[in-house]
Amino acid sequence: MRSLSHSSPPPHPTSPTNAKGLAPRLLIAGALSLALGLALTGAAKAGPTLDAIKARGTIKVGVGTQPGFFSPDSNGRWQGFFVDFGRALSIAVFNDPDKVQFIASSPQQRLPSLQSGEFDILLSGVTQTFTRATKLGFHFGPVVFYDGQGLLVPKKLGVTKGKELNGATVCVQTGTTGELNITDFFRQNKITFKPVVIEETAENQKAFASGRCDVLTQDSSDLAITRTLLPKPDDYVLLPERISKEPLAPAIRYGDDQWLEIVNWVVNATIQAEEFGITQANVDSFLTSSDPGIRRFLGVDPSLGEAAKLDPKFIYTIIKTVGNYGEIFDRHVGPKTKVALERGHNALWTQGGLLYAPPFR
Amino acid sequence: MTDHALTSAPHPVAPFPPTQPTPRQRLALSHARALWGALFGTPVNAAITLACVAVLAVSLPPLVRWALVDAVWSGPAERCADGGGACWAFIGEKLRYILFGFYDQDRQWRPLAATLILLGLAGMSAAPLFWRRATLGVWLVGLAVALLLLCGLPDGPPVPTERWSGLPINLLLTTIGMIGAFPVAVLLALARRSRMGGLRSLAVLFIEVTRGVPLIAVLYVATLLVPLMLPSGLTIDKLLRAQVAIILFVSAYLAEIIRAGLQAIPDGQYEAARALGLTYWGTMRLVILPQALRTVIPSIVNLTIGLFQDTTLIVAIGLFDVLNTARNAAKDPAWLGFYTEAFGFAALIYLTVCVLASRYSLWLEARLRRVER
Repeated sequence: MRSLSHSSPPPHPTSPTNAKGLAPRLLIAGALSLALGLALTGAAKAGPTLDAIKARGTIKVGVGTQPGFFSPDSNGRWQGFFVDFGRALSIAVFNDPDKVQFIASSPQQRLPSLQSGEFDILLSGVTQTFTRATKLGFHFGPVVFYDGQGLLVPKKLGVTKGKELNGATVCVQTGTTGELNITDFFRQNKITFKPVVIEETAENQKAFASGRCDVLTQDSSDLAITRTLLPKPDDYVLLPERISKEPLAPAIRYGDDQWLEIVNWVVNATIQAEEFGITQANVDSFLTSSDPGIRRFLGVDPSLGEAAKLDPKFIYTIIKTVGNYGEIFDRHVGPKTKVALERGHNALWTQGGLLYAPPFR
Repeated sequence: MTDHALTSAPHPVAPFPPTQPTPRQRLALSHARALWGALFGTPVNAAITLACVAVLAVSLPPLVRWALVDAVWSGPAERCADGGGACWAFIGEKLRYILFGFYDQDRQWRPLAATLILLGLAGMSAAPLFWRRATLGVWLVGLAVALLLLCGLPDGPPVPTERWSGLPINLLLTTIGMIGAFPVAVLLALARRSRMGGLRSLAVLFIEVTRGVPLIAVLYVATLLVPLMLPSGLTIDKLLRAQVAIILFVSAYLAEIIRAGLQAIPDGQYEAARALGLTYWGTMRLVILPQALRTVIPSIVNLTIGLFQDTTLIVAIGLFDVLNTARNAAKDPAWLGFYTEAFGFAALIYLTVCVLASRYSLWLEARLRRVER
């Protein structure tokens, strides 16, 4: 998920580039840094996001374009893993999954656009990092997808772990953190590799498919899609290691604590629902549960909704409409879809993953 | 010809081969000679011809097999995965999305009607018959109707511009871009030739700075910087910002084209107009501009073709033109990865429009040359 998760401004003034391309790149870089600079001075004055959302009647959600995560279907309706979280937010605020407007944004412009107020929330798979939270002034909600750089290899190599790749040829994209990560990985494991460095994503994949290299390295969500597009997907396997941390989380501007909490607890609710075993299909049967925790959670006991100034049954409606975390995952990127990702780190903490929702009380 | 053919047809070998070919035969013969000369006249020509034939012989059969013979024309995505050819079923399934994008499905007659209106207007103004003042009025009315249709008005809920996408966006940005740029460009061109130094310097500054910056940078400024400069609470629609950026960008190029037209008008015309007692604006409006603009029509058509292709750059600011919708159609997990078909289809749309426009431009140049004589 390179395009999604590494979003330093694209124009790299130091990157080798021809003289013709340099001037516009510098100009764009200047424009972007100026944009961010201006944004920081303006951020404190911006009115509360939630008020604006309610006045407008829709939530503006910034998304990217990647199969399974966000893509328009044949009817021009956005579908995907992150998109469903946008619909869940719309339910929490408006009790209606369609009071949400998805706006596609390129990796280069999504952060400045969030800063300038074009979106109320960025659900485009942004990696949560220190500088984005502090210097750029974004709050991050809970991590909705733990991504990380992965290694795709042909099955015929007979490799099951990254450590066995001594002397391998690795296709990697230039000018990305991927190049750095792979070098570190091999150095840490005291094994060697031969990099095949290619700038274009598509060319990179072609080189791998034609057998020019033994390993293709990208963010694992990208690799999963690349794998399905290869001539014989079953001949390749995604190794279990993740050699970098790319926690993808919703991002919002500073200055609206209430909005942040809605985002936090909507994501947490989908995770908690899976932990409770509540699904789209069986949620109604839980309404009669005598467990006080579940009664609070689903709004049979309205105390949580009242505390959050939301519809008491907002969690019930979310589960009923988009399902719990596991259902959202399986529907869009799970093993039965074309993206075919395993849960991995994105499993519940009770099942060896990292998903852990704080208590609903 | 017909008589001759009738009399000579029954004889397998003409007893008296005509020593004097008819004019038509002579013409055909000279055409054939010219063609032969062009293809094989010199060793270099012959080599180029043979190389081209070789390239076609290698590339054409697999292309035909992929695009026609092995192609899957209908059915679900699974059927395409089985066949080795092109998946035109994908285009069939996604046609609505590629052309009209996120526009409400049950109201898609609106972008369709808007597209037809814009194409109709362009087609109409291609005919010299319609090069008159009233056409401008028709354009303004047509554009207003197209915009109203896209807005979802007057009946039904308004459609926000974020949902406008696909082909209408390309056409809208191109046509409004050219029409909006026109008055600006005329004023810029006149200012650049003005005797008032300050005005002239400003015009030169604007034109040269704009021409020195790529369109994509202008779009970034309009998308990222402009909203931050506005007072908080005030927002301007993103499509509108892109449109204004395109108008300003194009006006600089158009101004230079018009300036070239102005320079082609002999001084005598200015002097004659002044001798008739016309004011500066009267001279320009009645004498100079009508002649100057007529001479640069082919250049303007060229600029329009370029602009139509450039409108696809709005993908960089998150708007969905027809190329972007085509690309995203192949990102639907149900129809994943048919990028070749998607790009091929988008290319076909661009090719059709641009070939038509450039053929028109050639015809126009020939016609204008005739008129001048």
